[in-house]
Amino acid sequence: MHYATDRGAVNALDDVSLSLSAGETLGIVGETGCGKSTLGKAILGVMPGNARVRGQVVFGGKDLLTLDDESFRRLRGKDIALIFQDPMTRLNPLLTIEDHFTEEIRAHEAVSRDAARTRARTALESMGIPESRMRNFPHEFSGGMRQRIMIALALVMRPSVLIADEPTTSLDVIVEAQILEILEDLRKAYQMALLLITHNLGIVAEACDRVAVLYAGKIAEIGPVREIFAKPIHPYTQGLLKSVIHLETKELSSIDGSPPDLVDPPTGCRFHPRCPYAQDICTREVPALLEYREHQAAACHFGKDFV
Amino acid sequence: MIAESAPSDAPASLLEVEDLVVHYPVKMPFLQSLVFRDKPVVHAVDGVSFVLQPGEILGLVGESGCGKTTVGRTVLRLTEPTSGHIRFEGVDITTLKEKQIRPLRTKIQIIFQDPHASLNPAMSIGRAIGHPLEVHGISDDPQEIREAVLAIMREVGLTPAELLYHQYPGDLSGGQKQRAVIARAMILRPRLLVADEPVAMLDMSIRAKVLELMLDLKARHNLTYLFITHDLATAKFVCDRIAIMYLGRIVEIGSAKEIYADPKHPYTRALLAAIPVPDPTKRGPKVLPRGEVPDAIRPPAGCRFHPRCRSVLATCGWEGRDFVEFLEERWLDEKIAQAEANLGPIDEWAYQGLEARRAAPQNVAGIAETIRRILENGLPAFAAAVSSIGVEEGEIVVRFRTADDLRPKLVEGRTVECLLY
Repeated sequence: MHYATDRGAVNALDDVSLSLSAGETLGIVGETGCGKSTLGKAILGVMPGNARVRGQVVFGGKDLLTLDDESFRRLRGKDIALIFQDPMTRLNPLLTIEDHFTEEIRAHEAVSRDAARTRARTALESMGIPESRMRNFPHEFSGGMRQRIMIALALVMRPSVLIADEPTTSLDVIVEAQILEILEDLRKAYQMALLLITHNLGIVAEACDRVAVLYAGKIAEIGPVREIFAKPIHPYTQGLLKSVIHLETKELSSIDGSPPDLVDPPTGCRFHPRCPYAQDICTREVPALLEYREHQAAACHFGKDFV
Repeated sequence: MIAESAPSDAPASLLEVEDLVVHYPVKMPFLQSLVFRDKPVVHAVDGVSFVLQPGEILGLVGESGCGKTTVGRTVLRLTEPTSGHIRFEGVDITTLKEKQIRPLRTKIQIIFQDPHASLNPAMSIGRAIGHPLEVHGISDDPQEIREAVLAIMREVGLTPAELLYHQYPGDLSGGQKQRAVIARAMILRPRLLVADEPVAMLDMSIRAKVLELMLDLKARHNLTYLFITHDLATAKFVCDRIAIMYLGRIVEIGSAKEIYADPKHPYTRALLAAIPVPDPTKRGPKVLPRGEVPDAIRPPAGCRFHPRCRSVLATCGWEGRDFVEFLEERWLDEKIAQAEANLGPIDEWAYQGLEARRAAPQNVAGIAETIRRILENGLPAFAAAVSSIGVEEGEIVVRFRTADDLRPKLVEGRTVECLLY
């Protein structure tokens, strides 16, 4: 997938393949510009006009990228829903919360306004928003409440897949923990699959079953969270895990350099200019994503040395 | 108010903040402003005191809206205090006139969260870093300024300096931009740096580098930092002492080591417990405070954390408003709402200070009985805070006891504002 820009094509995602099962939480982690948000948008077909996509997004046996606009629209929100970092980007400031819900429900199902309203009330109350506030406008709520409204709205059609793009990044740490608990409860209750896009490795450790580490538009490593946190294979994963500042941090660690410009990404392994172990081959050949441990794959020429 | 008094044999403190209050007026339409006699204000900072010794790093830690950024801005007089005192090198700067403040700004510098927004995109890096020297009239010799800029660029790791000197912010990475912002602050050789979330916008893999630079500069130039952050993990690594803020107040202040090892204030405990731990083997349910930070226009009475606190007592400041919120939350469950329909609807209830009241309908005794019953099954501290449920002038009134006086106390080497101690 690439974006056409006046500086040339930005290779936002390159040869990324992954799967998501019912009831599973897959974390997509990476730094600014690694392509993690692009991935979420590409799956749902909500990309800017300058985006070009190749590949397949298979959901329930159908390739979503071959669907016409109308079929895609019907599926969006009903089967696959998306929540963003900033709830105000999805909530319309001119509509009450109740209107948001009745519009969403009636866009997908032919039900009466009253029936839609009842469903909206149940959905909101399950998120701790009282009925008395249904006629309020989005700006009349706190950040945490808005995000809970967003989640209730995304889930009102009971989608089987939820894509959450940095759902807690603009929230404070206590509200963040509350929202993550809500998502976890919902996933358990409805066997929903959750694609959790985040830059926060703490959230991955607490909320995800598997994780894909993205670097410069490619998967550097993918596998079960426990294994990857205990024994990372890719040097980028190793460096990223070490650079997390947490309460037990005794020594600071960082990765030299900064992420590359995707108009002109480095040849070979895109991480090689920052990699402490880089050899000649890394500058020339793109490493394949290979399984080094059960279910744990990394794209590094020297992967076996780090197992 | 949490007051800290410096030991008498300690060296003169660099910065003393005493009972600082900053209230922002709430913007409202003109006609409305005529109606409100007591104009609402945002209680951004409501009685904050601390002392900063030379060479020390004090962390101001708290969630958004706790007032930490306002404290930082007020120290530079970028925001005007409502009352209280700020003394820098012994001089009360709260009463200085604008002209007298300018020399102060060569000694106190601020670094903001967003390096991109802090740099003028049309000004080359070299000019931006040297700009303060011109503005403050320290030098007008271009050669001298250039030398000083190149030296500070090398010191903060903006190399090759000669090349980067002529580049623009757009050519630099996020980490390099923040280094340029630090260089611009450092070129005046300040004594105090207010760092407001200096690494929050940077990618994880480069945060450590910028923090290391800040620690390095501090050691080399005997700087003092007021380090403002929401991130308790970064604060733990960087700060000598920390002050935990909640809704405009410092709730706990003391040595970072002691507070992290054994936090005393329930809010400090809640913050620490909520941090996601990057270790999947340590997953587990968390004990989180209820709800969210309330509106700073009408902060809760007594201890401002009391409505959310897991260790709350009957004396912490319960009031009429808490009763109405309690009912509202209860009735999120439709079955309960129906069973207690004789109390409702919620908008019939009004509150003022320690009282919640509504016009008494037919069966007053029944209502009082229902209230007693639900209080019994609820939070014991909340039930114990209710002093009476009665009928007055045709209204049913739920009245709370007055809160105990909340004063900062010295608890095991740190100062805590909590009635548990």
